Amino acid sequence: MVTNIFFHVFLLSMMVIGSMVAVFSRKLISSLVSLGTVGMLISIYFLILGAPDIAITQLVVEVLALIILLCAITGRDVTADMTSSKVYVFLFIFIFVISILTFISYSNFIFPEFGNTNMRVGKEYLYLATEKLKSANAVTAIVLDFRGYDTIGEATVIFTAIIGVMVLLRKKGKKDE
Amino acid sequence: MNKGMSEIVKTISKIVVPFIIIFGISVIFYGHLTPGGGFPGGVIISASFVLLLLAYGREKVLSKLSLYKSDILHDIGAIMFLSVSLIGFAGGVFFLNIFNKGKLFSLWSGGNLLFSNIAIGLKVGTSLFLGITLLSMARIIHKENKIEFYEKEEDIK
Repeated sequence: MVTNIFFHVFLLSMMVIGSMVAVFSRKLISSLVSLGTVGMLISIYFLILGAPDIAITQLVVEVLALIILLCAITGRDVTADMTSSKVYVFLFIFIFVISILTFISYSNFIFPEFGNTNMRVGKEYLYLATEKLKSANAVTAIVLDFRGYDTIGEATVIFTAIIGVMVLLRKKGKKDE
Repeated sequence: MNKGMSEIVKTISKIVVPFIIIFGISVIFYGHLTPGGGFPGGVIISASFVLLLLAYGREKVLSKLSLYKSDILHDIGAIMFLSVSLIGFAGGVFFLNIFNKGKLFSLWSGGNLLFSNIAIGLKVGTSLFLGITLLSMARIIHKENKIEFYEKEEDIK
């Protein structure tokens, strides 16, 4: 776990710059590449913050999503209409981001110090996961046992989404006009 | 017929794909001990099939794992997860962990977490494979305010 604050600032500012490039680039391919950069940086950031589960998931899902988007772009001749991107839009977004960042930098008077949260709920969960449930991975214990209802809902969402894709893209049973 | 990508990509992906599948299976089965779990492991397995799809084309992948088979596996995963949660009624409450908890840091620990991980891995892996294969099958073309579906690339030209 890296505690140097400048490394966090560097990674976050790289993410902000990458997403701004993704919005303002003229070609769809280059915006897709910068979007992939943002995803990989988010994965590295999760790893540094001490969440390897989320880092693995983010990495793999990002790769799959990039493949789908790349196939969607290169499969047909879609051109982006970026003629309306003026300088003042860029300036407006820049000022917006800067003001949000200053607000966040003032927020350390309100919230506890970075990395030193008072874990009233978390302590209880860690105790229950290791002592009662005997699971070494506390995240899996929380996701699949303490918060099992949420996981059932998530599984239902994926199931319904795939059923929808199968119904929309079916070949049989489509009426000829 | 030179379907898919070049010979280099085909050879490398043929070597790499079994290792990716074994890594995904290990991520699923050790989900209660090491970082990972059902969802990342399933996505890793489906990513190996997507690599095959990109390198070799659709026919090779569908000969390994057809759409009907992956649909059946998807349903089996969903039913298995629901039944794992319904087993809790044997102890009185929905989603109760009634299995033997085992010892900390041993392979059998955590009760029903292993079964839930396997079910979710099966479900997520096959469902993402289904979604991406179906999206690669359909070509949607706008023609005179009508949307037409095509299943093969030869039909477009």
